Amino acid sequence: MRFSAFEILKQGLTGNKGWKPHWRSPEPKSHYDVIIVGGGGHGLATAFYLAKEHGITNVAVLEKGYIGGGNVGRNTTIVRANYGLEGNSQFYSHSLKLWENMEADFNFNAMHSQRGIINLFHSDGQRDAFARRGNMMISQGDDAILLDREGVREMLPYLDYEQTRFPIYGGLYHPRGGTARHDAVAWGYARGADMRGVDIIQNCEVQGIDIENGKVVGVQTSKGPIKCGKLGLVTAGRSSQTAAMAGMRLPIESHVLQAFVTEGLKPCVDHVVTYGMGHFYISQSDKGGLVFGGDLDFYASYAARGNLPMVEHVVEAGMTLMPMIGKARMLRSWGGIMDMSPDGSPIIDRTHIDGLYLNCGWCYGGFKAVPGSGFSMAHLMATGNHHAPAEKYRLSRFETGRGLMDEEATGAQHNLH
Amino acid sequence: MKISCPICGDRDIREFTCMGHASMLNRPDPHAGAKVWNEYLHNRENPAGVIDELWWHGQGCGAWLVVTRNTVTHEILGARLARDVKKEMRDAG
Repeated sequence: MRFSAFEILKQGLTGNKGWKPHWRSPEPKSHYDVIIVGGGGHGLATAFYLAKEHGITNVAVLEKGYIGGGNVGRNTTIVRANYGLEGNSQFYSHSLKLWENMEADFNFNAMHSQRGIINLFHSDGQRDAFARRGNMMISQGDDAILLDREGVREMLPYLDYEQTRFPIYGGLYHPRGGTARHDAVAWGYARGADMRGVDIIQNCEVQGIDIENGKVVGVQTSKGPIKCGKLGLVTAGRSSQTAAMAGMRLPIESHVLQAFVTEGLKPCVDHVVTYGMGHFYISQSDKGGLVFGGDLDFYASYAARGNLPMVEHVVEAGMTLMPMIGKARMLRSWGGIMDMSPDGSPIIDRTHIDGLYLNCGWCYGGFKAVPGSGFSMAHLMATGNHHAPAEKYRLSRFETGRGLMDEEATGAQHNLH
Repeated sequence: MKISCPICGDRDIREFTCMGHASMLNRPDPHAGAKVWNEYLHNRENPAGVIDELWWHGQGCGAWLVVTRNTVTHEILGARLARDVKKEMRDAG
């Protein structure tokens, strides 16, 4: 069933009784050409683009929980292409272009809203750095506008322009950046993949990877063994555990990043605003809640929740930036499990095991990468060649030291990115 | 979270900085080659469970600690001076 204005009208007049589930719940077959481990945004997008771009439809996505139950449903939903480093900038640029068309591609409303992102700056030196980054974004073919203090004040009148610690000098405005409804992205890709014949198998945990003569031949799961031609591990947050089943140790540490949401309010924050000096960023969801977050807690964690020192830090930063936030009541806080790599950039690569492909290391920037990551992973698995925008995301860069992509230049330590 | 520093006693987590996995104490020979150094610098067991980590008591006594901690529950199971741990590693060869 496809969504259309006509379908909505028809269903509305017939009591909405004709809507059907968006994807099937098949039992696993004994063999697939491709198995994707992980039914998060990246895994589902990989399966979708394998089917759509490469005609490979004998594909299963194995998810140990339920679709949209991992990091794709636990982030702050920001979509942007404002990277500067060669390798990152073309990848995120490509990903943003996919965002702009994906809802039509998978026939589902992901509520992608290009409301614009404003990165604030607070000194002459930071202005120079942001001007440079803006120029890099423009030369990549994306959009960036450098705003002065009055330009920011016009768009964001509610900020505190009198604060002395980090006075607002201006902002880098990225109009095509914005947000999307995160679960709908997972559901949309699941729906789009399922429509093209991909089997999405939930509550199916992969417990072992079968390797014969250096080649992957299948997986052991909680629903029995399944054979496959190629296997993609797309399990950011749990990458170390899945790779360990293939005998691999990855350059990944799992860390917790917290996020917060207030009660629903009338529209007041119309953009995404980032306040890097205070480690704070904010947007308003379509339900009206102010969604904001800050930095990692800085220690390894799988708890999917953080601790109070970082809560305090984030809330204090919010108060210094926009004192009106003090009137809002915080409803919930949660934590996502971040696949932190040593240089802060991801990995999309083949491994030393024939037929085994790896997609991990998304740090805390995985959501905006969902379409690009799926597209490039599908390209690699289908053709055997790296997709040009993602060709620098090699696993080998850590051993050779060539092609490290440390966007923030903070050094080879997992919790510093 | 509180860490029980062997020198200062129970102290709030805010006084400490996590410096990563305790395998950092096991520094390879400078000429051990790229593979060994890659293992040391980048690759991690990254367990969902009990882990030994280096923590620095920067806003306390300044000691380096090896803290044993559960990454799933955040329970802190113990802390020793990194100096003592390193000495044991040396004695064990």
